[in-house]
Amino acid sequence: MLKFIAKRVLWMIPSLVVISFMAFVLIQLPPGDYVTTYIATLAASNEVVDQNTAADLRARFGLDQPMIVQYWKWITGILLRGDFGLSFEWQQPVGDLIWERMALTLVLTFATLLATWGLALPIGIFSAVRKYSIGDYIATFFSFLGLAIPSFLLALVLMYLAAVEWGQEVGGLFSEQYLNAPWSLAKVWDLIGHLWIPVIILAVSGTASLIRVMRANMLDELNKAYVTTARAKGLSEFRLLMKYPVRLALNPFISTIAWLLPNLVSGSIIVAIVLSLPTAGPLLLQSLMSQDMYLAGAFILLICTLTLIGSLISDILLALVDPRIRLE
Amino acid sequence: MTVVDLSSRRADAAAAPPRAVLEVRDLVTHFPTRTGVVKAVDGVSFTVERGKTLCVVGESGSGKSVTARSILQIVDQPGRIVSGSMLLHRPDGSAVDLATLHPRGREIRAVRGAEIAMIFQEPMSSLSPVHTVGDQIMEVLLLHLRLSKKEARARTVELLRQVEIPHPDKAVDRYTFEFSGGMRQRVMIAMALACNPAMLIADEPTTALDVTTQAEILDLIKRLQQQHGMAVMFITHDMGVVAEIADEVLVMYHGKVMEAGPVDQIFHAPQNDYTKMLIGSVLKLEQKAEIRLKRAPLAEDAPSVIEIDNLKMHFGSPAAPIRAVDDVSLQVKAGETLGIVGESGSGKTTMGRCLLRIYQPTGGAMRYRKADGTVVDLVTADKETLKLCRREIRMIFQDPVGSLNPRMTVAQIIGEPLLVNGIAKGSELDDRVSVLMDQVGLNPDWRERYPHAFSGGQRQRIGIARAISLNPRVIVADEATSALDVSLRSQMLDLMMRLQDELKLSYVFISHDIGVIRYMCDRVSVMYQGRVVETGSTDQVCDAPQHAYTQALLSAIPRPDPRLRSMHKRHRYIA
Repeated sequence: MLKFIAKRVLWMIPSLVVISFMAFVLIQLPPGDYVTTYIATLAASNEVVDQNTAADLRARFGLDQPMIVQYWKWITGILLRGDFGLSFEWQQPVGDLIWERMALTLVLTFATLLATWGLALPIGIFSAVRKYSIGDYIATFFSFLGLAIPSFLLALVLMYLAAVEWGQEVGGLFSEQYLNAPWSLAKVWDLIGHLWIPVIILAVSGTASLIRVMRANMLDELNKAYVTTARAKGLSEFRLLMKYPVRLALNPFISTIAWLLPNLVSGSIIVAIVLSLPTAGPLLLQSLMSQDMYLAGAFILLICTLTLIGSLISDILLALVDPRIRLE
Repeated sequence: MTVVDLSSRRADAAAAPPRAVLEVRDLVTHFPTRTGVVKAVDGVSFTVERGKTLCVVGESGSGKSVTARSILQIVDQPGRIVSGSMLLHRPDGSAVDLATLHPRGREIRAVRGAEIAMIFQEPMSSLSPVHTVGDQIMEVLLLHLRLSKKEARARTVELLRQVEIPHPDKAVDRYTFEFSGGMRQRVMIAMALACNPAMLIADEPTTALDVTTQAEILDLIKRLQQQHGMAVMFITHDMGVVAEIADEVLVMYHGKVMEAGPVDQIFHAPQNDYTKMLIGSVLKLEQKAEIRLKRAPLAEDAPSVIEIDNLKMHFGSPAAPIRAVDDVSLQVKAGETLGIVGESGSGKTTMGRCLLRIYQPTGGAMRYRKADGTVVDLVTADKETLKLCRREIRMIFQDPVGSLNPRMTVAQIIGEPLLVNGIAKGSELDDRVSVLMDQVGLNPDWRERYPHAFSGGQRQRIGIARAISLNPRVIVADEATSALDVSLRSQMLDLMMRLQDELKLSYVFISHDIGVIRYMCDRVSVMYQGRVVETGSTDQVCDAPQHAYTQALLSAIPRPDPRLRSMHKRHRYIA
C-alpha cells in the first residue's frame, strides 16, 4: 500500500512537468497576447497606443522572448521560489490572488457537497427501496426538474425573490461592512447568512443527478442474493439495507472524488458570475479572456494537480472500503 | 449480560419432542404482474419432521424455490402469500402460524436465522463481498443470541471448525472471494447453523459445485443434521442427490404438488404421470442412448478428423504459467462423439476454445483433415485458412440465453453465419433458415420471433441450428445441455445424435455430467488439472475406470436410486 502511494506520487512529477508545459502552450495558442488585449481595451475607450509603447510593454512583461524561454522562467520561478509570477491585469502576485479566493471557494464547495450528499443519498435510497411508490414518483419528478433547470436561471430567480420579496441583499458572500474587515465571529455569521443562496443553487442540479445515480446503484444491489441472505438471517430491514446494499452502492461515489477537487476551481463559473461570488471560477474565466497568462497558467496547473491528487485519494479510499481491490 | 446456553433448547426438546417441526397447509403464493397473476405456489401442503430430510424436486419454474422462501416470508417482490398456513412447532409445545406474521415484523425476524435457517444456491453472490466471513456469521449470533462480541467471535471460530474450514481462527477475518466455491458453501452452512436452528432450508446448495465438492457438502449437512437433530428441507432438481439423501420427497410441477411420499416409493413405485416421466428421463441418462445401441459400432480404423498432439495452453507469466491445457493429445474420428469430462478448472472448456483457436495455444499441434484429404495445422494456420476451417468446425454454447443476441430475430441468428460467409442472402437465405429450423424441430413460422419468446430447450435448438447452418464437419459442444432441465436433456441429445447421423458430424462433447457422456459419447477423455488422465471407450471408462482420479470422480456421483446409496463409499483423489 505504502509502496503503491510512493510510486503514484513519484509518477505525478513527470505528469506535472508535461501538464505544465502543455498548459503554457495552450494559453499561448490563441493569436495575440495580453498586450494585444490591453491595447484593444484601451482602443475601445478611444485611447490610441503607438507601436513603441506596445513594444515597451512586451519587453517589460517578457513577452518578446521565445516561448520556451518564457516557460523556463515561469517554471523555475515556481519550483525554486514558489513564485507564480505577476498577474498583468491585477498587477499583483498570482499567489496572493489565488489563495484568497481558494479559501472561500473551498468553504462554498464543501457546504454544497454536504448539502448535496446529505439530501441526495437518503432520497436516492428511499426512492430505490420504495420503487414506483408515490414517494419515488415525487422524488423522480423533482430530480428531473432539478436537472432540467439551468442553474444560472435558478440563480436569477432566487436573487429576484430574495431581493424583492424578502428584502435581503444578494450577491457576494459578505455584507458591505465586512468586505474588508478582519475575520471575526460576526463576519463568519455574515458569511453563513450569505452562503445559503449559492449553496441551494449549486446543490439543486447536483442533488438531482445524484438521486438518480444513487437510485440506480441501489436498484442494482437490492436484487443481489446477499440481500436475501441477510434478510433470511433475521436482520431488520433498515439494518440490512444500511449494512449491505447501501455500503456497496456507495462505492461508485468514491471514484467521483477524483473530479470533485478540480471542480473546486473550474466548477459553477456561470453561477458565480451571476451572483458575483468572490470564488476562483470567475477569476479563471477573466484571466483566460484577457490572456493574463501567468494567472491562467497557475489556475490550470492547480486544476491538474488537484485532479492527480483527487484520483490518488479516491484510489486509496476505494482500496480501503472495498477489500476486493488490491493496490500494487 | 446472561449467556444463552446453546444446548438448552435441545434439552427441552428431548423432554417432549414434537415430531413435526413445520406443517404447511394449502400454501398459495402469487406474483401479480402486468399481464396477470402468476401462481408460483398453488395449494402446496407438506410436513417437515425432526431429524428427517424432505427433498423438494421439480424442474425450473416449478415453484420449489418460492415455496421455500414463502416459509421465511422472503419472497422477492412482488410476490406475496395469499392463503394457507405454515405452523411452526416449538420445542415447548407451542406453535405459531408463520403465514399470519407480518413479513417485516419482529416475530418473523426472530424465526429467521434462529429457528429456521436457509442456505442458497450461489455461495459467491449470497455472501457480501465487502464484509469478512466472521462479520457475517457473528451478525446472526449478536442478533439472536445477544452474545458479546468476544463470545460471538469464539463461537464463529468454533462453527468454522465444525464445517471443516482449515485454520478457522484465520479464516474468520478473510473475505469470501478468498475462498473456493465449496469453502464458501461451508461458510454459508456455518452461518445457518450459528443459532442451532430447528430446521434448515437448503435451496439447491450444491448445484453450482463440482460432484466431489457436492459429495462433501452433502456429507457435512447429513452429519450436522444427525448431531443437532435438525429437520432439513432440501430443494434440488438433481434426482441423484434426492435418492442419496432424502427421507421424504415432494415432487412439484407448475406450483402444484404432483406426488409426495417416501423416497423409495417415489423412485420405485411412482403413481403420478409427471413423476414417472421425471424418473424415466433420469434413468434414460443412466445408460447408452437407444439409437447408439442400435447403430453398428464405428470402424476401428476410421480416419481421424482432428489429431491433437501435445497441445499446451498457458496463461499468465511464462515464468510461472498456469497450465490450463497441459500437454494434451487426442484424436477425433470421423462420425464419432468424443466426450471430454472433468470438473471445473480441469481445462476442458479451454481445450474446446483452443480447437477453434479462440485462444492461441502456447504449443503443440492440432491437425485438421479437410474433406478433400488435405491436412491443416490449426495452431499455425494463417487467417484465411483459419476462416475456412472455422466454417467446418462450429461451436454450441452452454448458456442458451447469453449466447443468442436478444435484439436479433431467430431467422437473423440462424442465418448470420450464411450471410457473413457470403453463402446465401435474400429469399435463398430465408429458405435455408426454414429448412434448418425444421431440421432441429422448430416451427419455421416462428422465424421472425426474438429469442425471449422461446423456452430454454427451444433456444438451445436455435443454437444448434446456427451451428449446423454451414454444413460443418465437427461441432464442439461445451456443456450444451447443462442449463436444461433433465426432461429436455435427453431430447436435445437425441436431436444431436440424429443430426450426427444425417450430416456425418463429429462431436467434441465437453461436459461435467457423466450421465450425459455415457448417453451420447463413443469415447471419453477424462481431464484433471489440464491433463488427460484417461481416454477410452465410454463403456470402459464408465464401468471399469483405470485411473484413480476417474474412479474417485465416478464414486462421488450420486446414483438416482435410493437403494444404491453409495456416497459413504466414495473416496477422494489426492494427486
